[in-house]
Amino acid sequence: MTCSINQQIINEKIVEICSEFKNDPDELIAILHKAQGHFGFLPSEVQQAVAEQLHIPVSKVFGVVTFYSYFTMEPKGKYPISICMGTACYVKGAEKVLHEFESKLKIKNGQTTSDGRFSLNTLRCIGACGLAPVVMIGEKVYGGVKPEDAGKIISEYPA
Amino acid sequence: MKAQQLKIALRNCGFIDPEEIQDYIANEGYLALASSLSGSRQAVIETIKKSGLRGRGGGGFATGLKWEFAAKPEADRKFVVCNADEGDPGAFMDRAVLEGDPHSVLEAMAICGYAIGADEGYIYIRAEYPLAIKRLRIAIAQAEEAGLLGENILNSGFSFKIKLKYGAGAFVCGEETALIKSMEGHRGEPVSKPPFPATKGYRGKPTNVNNVETFANVPAIINRGADWFAAIGTEKSKGTKVFALAGKVKKVGLVEVPMGTTLRQLIYEIGGGILGDKQFQAVQTGGPSGGCLTVKHLDTPIDYESLIAAGSMMGSGGMIVMDEDDCMVAVAQFYLDFTMEESCGKCVPCREGNKALYNILHKITHGEGTMADIDRLKELAVVIKSTSLCGLGQTAPNPVLSTINNFYDDYVQHIVDKKCRAKRCRALLEYRVVEENCIGCGACKRACPADAITGELKQKHFIDQEKCIKCGACHQKCKFNAIAID
Repeated sequence: MTCSINQQIINEKIVEICSEFKNDPDELIAILHKAQGHFGFLPSEVQQAVAEQLHIPVSKVFGVVTFYSYFTMEPKGKYPISICMGTACYVKGAEKVLHEFESKLKIKNGQTTSDGRFSLNTLRCIGACGLAPVVMIGEKVYGGVKPEDAGKIISEYPA
Repeated sequence: MKAQQLKIALRNCGFIDPEEIQDYIANEGYLALASSLSGSRQAVIETIKKSGLRGRGGGGFATGLKWEFAAKPEADRKFVVCNADEGDPGAFMDRAVLEGDPHSVLEAMAICGYAIGADEGYIYIRAEYPLAIKRLRIAIAQAEEAGLLGENILNSGFSFKIKLKYGAGAFVCGEETALIKSMEGHRGEPVSKPPFPATKGYRGKPTNVNNVETFANVPAIINRGADWFAAIGTEKSKGTKVFALAGKVKKVGLVEVPMGTTLRQLIYEIGGGILGDKQFQAVQTGGPSGGCLTVKHLDTPIDYESLIAAGSMMGSGGMIVMDEDDCMVAVAQFYLDFTMEESCGKCVPCREGNKALYNILHKITHGEGTMADIDRLKELAVVIKSTSLCGLGQTAPNPVLSTINNFYDDYVQHIVDKKCRAKRCRALLEYRVVEENCIGCGACKRACPADAITGELKQKHFIDQEKCIKCGACHQKCKFNAIAID
């Protein structure tokens, strides 16, 4: 995925975020959280800017970004769909729900639809095991989801 | 007598407004901190030691002893860390405490700070818990304003500040050395102990790491006394434990029971039994590091030692109940998929070994396994357990070993008969038309993406097993129960 954000805008924003944390390399994870919150994802241009600002190798930044599952180098869809694959959701049929979303959206787990509307991924337990199986779209949580609900849920989100 | 819940860690959850410090104070809040500060540091440690409180994150190490170790070394700075990186799938005890009673954790951290001689505390919390983060922020600000955190608390000369650090989704960070690495902005890879964090932890200084639930017990112990707490539970496991009861059980949710309650009491009396009154098959405790226990273990008392003796472990408190419709081989594969992905990659046995375990399980659930594979699984599991550095690798093979021990027949069925009793393993299913029910409507034929179904309209249809990809579309579409799964 090529980055469409202007490098200069990136640099300015990263300088601003890093200085909030006093350019302390100990705060790398907090800085990356903030950067991802702003840009939506962490393309290599952003990682480069962070490395320069904190005076650490870019390989170190890349190492951290790829280690933690919360960080992503791919842009997410306008409506990010997350299917919980925690144990409680799994035993209550989350896998079938995932397959239904995949076939309805014609994308695989981890991908974004070509119009950029939806992205689909799985996550490890959001701590709502009582509502299993759970699907999250943005901040909204759907509980007790059955495979046949997929179409209806998707239709709630217009282009 | 029916088993009952007893709430210590969850004592305030749902009863007080977590965003209002006055509510907490009105319920004995910060009383324990005040009384601790009026006594000696050693007295606090003695109380915690005497209470018998053990780490609720899974390991079960004696909390008082841990505090004593961190109190001993002389250092210019020390740290108290609260592990709130609840990454165990199917567990949400810590989230409930942080969202429902954040002050109890802050108070306990300050008490711990006083006891070990630290004036800085960090809560390492998952970024996936936005509400807990919000409530902690509010609680910290309110406590600082009330003079219960910050400089010179209650005129005692003791100062303590608490800050938040965010995790970013790595299960291995539940391991304390990995957690400290992550707090310092690195990849969360564990390091070998010793040195223990108590002597060389965050920023190279003595650090005491405890789990959220462990901390939540502390103010109650100080207020009511070590003897009160030590009177609850079993000989070696004192107090209560919070469990996230989930899966195929009627009443799901958080429960807090005295140690020594049996699995049967928890599942049938408190949980109300199995959903749809189906047959109980297994209960998984300890999350991906634990094991699957069966009917014969139902009367096992819940305490650290008994669960380990039964082939599982206490863990952080996830408890997933499974019924007859769950395939135990697939469950083992599910957990391995998790640990394989969450392995940090530092130790070869864990990184490569768990992958190899997963691949063998995959073969078995796809009908390509051999009986020799079971021996291979066992041998590999033992090697991984004994040669990995941290708790993740040392426990990752547990779900495989426990399912082989307790559900050996399921493995044999997958390997020899190429069948999955629970009908969960798709590759082993066979879809066929039930001739007496088929009216020849053609719905299945139209739904089949592989053109595997033939038959004229109003005639019996037929599924070509060679072409069938086992997607289940025909079964879903048929309104006449004419597609059977074998």
